[in-house]
Amino acid sequence: MTGPEPTAEFGTGGDGGLRESELSGDEAIRLEGVHKSFGSLGVLRGIDLSVQTHEVICLIGASGSGKSTLLRCVNLLEPVNQGRIMLWGQDVTAPGVDENAVRRHIGIVFQSFNLFPHMTVLRNITLGPTRVLGVAREEAEAGACALLERFGLSDKKNDYPDRLSGGQQQRVAIVRALAMQPGIMLLDEVTSALDPELVAEVLGVIRELAGAGMTMLIATHEMGFARDIADRVCFLDEGVILEQGPPQQVFTAPVEVRTQQFLRRIVDAGRL
Amino acid sequence: MPVRGSREGAYLDEQTLLSTGAPPPGAFAGTGRHSHLFGGQRAAAVSTASTVVFLGAVVALFVFAPGAAAVRHTFFNPQQMWQAFIGDPSKGLYSVGKGLILNIEMFLIAEVLILFWALVIAVLRQLRNPVLFPFRMLAVLYTDVFRGVPLIIVIFGIGFGAPALYLRGISTQSDFVYGIAALVLSYSAYVAEVYRAGINSVHQSQVAAARSLGLSQWKSLRFVVLPQAVRTVIPPLLNDFISLQKDTALVSTLGAVIEANRAAQIDSSTLFVYSSYTVAALLFLCLTIPLARFTDHLIARDVGRRMAGGSAIR
Repeated sequence: MTGPEPTAEFGTGGDGGLRESELSGDEAIRLEGVHKSFGSLGVLRGIDLSVQTHEVICLIGASGSGKSTLLRCVNLLEPVNQGRIMLWGQDVTAPGVDENAVRRHIGIVFQSFNLFPHMTVLRNITLGPTRVLGVAREEAEAGACALLERFGLSDKKNDYPDRLSGGQQQRVAIVRALAMQPGIMLLDEVTSALDPELVAEVLGVIRELAGAGMTMLIATHEMGFARDIADRVCFLDEGVILEQGPPQQVFTAPVEVRTQQFLRRIVDAGRL
Repeated sequence: MPVRGSREGAYLDEQTLLSTGAPPPGAFAGTGRHSHLFGGQRAAAVSTASTVVFLGAVVALFVFAPGAAAVRHTFFNPQQMWQAFIGDPSKGLYSVGKGLILNIEMFLIAEVLILFWALVIAVLRQLRNPVLFPFRMLAVLYTDVFRGVPLIIVIFGIGFGAPALYLRGISTQSDFVYGIAALVLSYSAYVAEVYRAGINSVHQSQVAAARSLGLSQWKSLRFVVLPQAVRTVIPPLLNDFISLQKDTALVSTLGAVIEANRAAQIDSSTLFVYSSYTVAALLFLCLTIPLARFTDHLIARDVGRRMAGGSAIR
């Protein structure tokens, strides 16, 4: 971090004013020995990971291997039990960090969309900018409309979420996260709840984001997509990153036996 | 027999069906449209007959019971009913019609105050900010006490207790005001619990989505959780307000007890033992607070289960 006030960004009193110019640091996310357990169940058992700005990382692994929990920890939705998480060089797991200020800079999209059912698409998108960033309503709506236009959802802005298809809802959820102008996007199995014919439209949006240089951490079961889009693939197994590398290497010549077994199961299921 | 795994199963001809023991076509003809219609008529006839018999029995009870004439005279006297409705001050009869208007006034004022006050209590109970811990405890205590003590005791406690305090501005109010205060205090405890159930019914993923945008706990509650919770609890709230509308009548006992004391020439401030109300209230609390704690335990267990696969945030 080379900004003028390096320690004030996520402090309790700060306005969290992290600007794009300050995001030019090479390392966006760094996890050091992160442990997380629910009761006696250890879900993350020592995760070390470094994500560079503009890098796209895909997390693969069986259900329960800790992919979703890892994303939720980065967003501070789950407190870690051990280890630390650094965002742009700042320890966000340190005491006294304003978690709301941290979350402003990280967009997360969930498997089950989680749109607010009592708000129109437009309100869903402008809630964060108006209530968190203090942007004027007209300005927020203009920004939201521009994003909806970009992702082909303009005609849906006044609809309520239950009028949309799963694919449209998920694209709105992505737009809602983008409206906060995050420096990092976390995508948590965003196509797993979709009918197969709706997956492509959502993956298309993510491809566009990757093309625009968005730093992304993506938990996914779409192996073909991961192979296409990822700069690096991490295979999670029982709460640790067992193997990582460029997609070509991990998918075609995995070193670890567990990775080989996992990929064989995926191939047998016709998913790769 | 159909060939297993072949598509022919979908195009079985009649012969195949017959040979597999399936009912032949037309086997259900007897239960077709005509017989269904007949069944409908029969059911209507039976229900009409049973209704007539039941109403006949009720009427017979009123007509042939030993005290039937006296009941008709005292409860269903048309002239007295009309007089009671319009009232006749010269005979010392209060108008039930006017009473109803007073009742509705109290009910409407109390309802607005309850909706607001109960929401404050429910929200205080929900916030997990450690700074607000004392308020949360107060809110728990409040709901325990006012759910535990019968409304009639709260009415007496305020109606007789507030004037006895000789506090400027408080002790000189009318029974109308004391009545509303008692209704608001008592009902807010119940309505707060209804709100709380509504808040708990909003899925944790909604909270996670709100918090992930950077909304604070309060803003998540205000913009995401409460609007959904309130929609959910409108039917049970209406149920509580039907009950409130009736219980408003209990406030009239304030006037009645004062009259009775005066008639008996009892100096209410020195001789009448209001402590008996306090004892009754305490006994009720001993019974109801454990029940309230048990309910909380069940709710907490349920929330814990739902959160096991989800998020730890509130």
